[in-house]
Amino acid sequence: MLLQQILIQTLNGVVTGMILALVASGLTLIFGIMDVVNFAHGEFFMLGAYVGVLTMAATGNFWLALMAASLIVALLGAVIYLVTLRPLLGRDPLNTILATFGISLVLQNYALWQFGPVARKIAEPFTGQFTLFYLVYPWYRVLIALLSAAIIGGFWLFLKYGKFGIWIRATTQDRTMAEAMGIPVPWVLTGVFAIGSGMAAASGVLFGPLVGVNHAMGLDWILQAFIVVVVGGMGSLGGCIAASIFISLLEAYATLWVSPSQSIIFASVVLILTLLFRPTGLFVPTPK
Amino acid sequence: MKDRATLVFWCAFVAVVALLAAAPLVLPEFWRRFLTEILIWGLLAMSSDILIGYTGLVSFGHSAFFGLGMYGAAAALLLVAPPNLWFAILLGLVAAACVGAFVAYFATRLRDIYFAITTLIFSQIFYVIIFTWTDLTGGENGLTFDRPRLAIPGLFSMRFTSTTLHWFVLAVVAVSYLVLRRITQAPFGMVLQSIRENEARTRAIGYPVERYKIVAVMISGLFAGLAGVLYAVQNEFAAPDFVFFLVSGEVVIFNVIGGIGTLVGPIVGAAFYLLLREGLSRFLTEYYLIPVGLIFIAMVIFMPQGLLGFLRRPLNR
Repeated sequence: MLLQQILIQTLNGVVTGMILALVASGLTLIFGIMDVVNFAHGEFFMLGAYVGVLTMAATGNFWLALMAASLIVALLGAVIYLVTLRPLLGRDPLNTILATFGISLVLQNYALWQFGPVARKIAEPFTGQFTLFYLVYPWYRVLIALLSAAIIGGFWLFLKYGKFGIWIRATTQDRTMAEAMGIPVPWVLTGVFAIGSGMAAASGVLFGPLVGVNHAMGLDWILQAFIVVVVGGMGSLGGCIAASIFISLLEAYATLWVSPSQSIIFASVVLILTLLFRPTGLFVPTPK
Repeated sequence: MKDRATLVFWCAFVAVVALLAAAPLVLPEFWRRFLTEILIWGLLAMSSDILIGYTGLVSFGHSAFFGLGMYGAAAALLLVAPPNLWFAILLGLVAAACVGAFVAYFATRLRDIYFAITTLIFSQIFYVIIFTWTDLTGGENGLTFDRPRLAIPGLFSMRFTSTTLHWFVLAVVAVSYLVLRRITQAPFGMVLQSIRENEARTRAIGYPVERYKIVAVMISGLFAGLAGVLYAVQNEFAAPDFVFFLVSGEVVIFNVIGGIGTLVGPIVGAAFYLLLREGLSRFLTEYYLIPVGLIFIAMVIFMPQGLLGFLRRPLNR
């Protein structure tokens, strides 16, 4: 019985871990490349879910909703970046925390005003299930994990081989040199912010069917994502994915014994231990 | 010249305190309570300024200190049979100091953004503990208790009215301000400011930077805890909402709006924010945070010095 529970929780942990990885990789990307700690990332997640709800209501097509949410929120992210964060370029990165905190307040309350406090629901694209021991497990959850992996994998390929991806990596390594080589650095930064926002929105739509969509749903995720980003090592994509799965598995196993709301304490213990013994991150090579 | 600046400072200080002391005599009940509340939030914001303005560490975890001060005071008022004000202050400060030591030990290993994120996560841990430990903390409902009497054993004992409570809070805030000002002007405060300006160089000169940061976080936490005690005494309840990190965010907003590194600025920022909320929530109800957020973003971009930024030099003389 316990073994079965552990196996089920392993599957649950991997599924949430992949969504968390999708959220956190946007966050770590934005931090690693632009030195911006994006407090509003959870709000892009939430807005993505809402755009998904609206598109679903209009068209009934889940895949269209996923595309629309990513594109619209990416565009919104670009506009927000141009209006609020670009003027802060070159100032102390702490200013960006303050500005994005303000953005988060505005977006969250705008969603509350626009959509009301009642949670909305996104219908699952398909409702197939399979039996896992004594539990009926929806295929959709497995699909989420695969889709998240596909999006992250596609993004990794894009960073590795795409022209814009190479620009992004060049900008990360040396902003001044990249600019000297003719790379339009300001537009690369805007693009990165848009991509990060779009990824958050995509995970919002994917996660929407599992729980209700409401204006505060970003809050839980942003804290988890911050923990993941610090544990995984700021700015490291691989470390971020490993840390997401590690922490989600840990929390999933923890819920076998404590209530789900307390499981964040376990994640925090990992965070504290990481800070004590390996402040550069658990899953990155030791810096020289 | 130096003497004259000092004279001007003290005259201004006495004038402002006298004005605030006289205010409850003319204000109606609602605004009297409102003014007291501004002072309490101002004390919280001022405690955070030691870190943001003087040490260069943005703390997103001040709600933990504030909340623990509140719950410490609540415990003292519920445990002792005739509720005792001084015991409440003592226990609130002890609680805040314990949390302060814990957070300081871990968070000061990090700089800049990492410090902000860790303090945020730590305050959230305390929120979860308080929220879920229902037997001890009352969970979501919080704790209610009676307001203690203002008493000095053997001298006098009286019930708090809203006016005497205001004077008591004003006295605590004014003394706290003088103490914090003294701290920032002492050699200790100078080292903190040099950490803000250039941490590596401060370390190279030979100052134990980590130890200074730990003490700074603890001082800041103590005064935040004091604000928590005052809030508990004023409102006769403690609730987990005050440990939630949005409160820490508000504290940062007070600082940025009022002007960091001035100590007075955060109080002005708190007053501005609370008045704005009061005015806007009359016709925007809970959506007042949309315009407040927009104003905040605009101030970060266009006016990073805050409302009182122009006074930064004279106030720190």
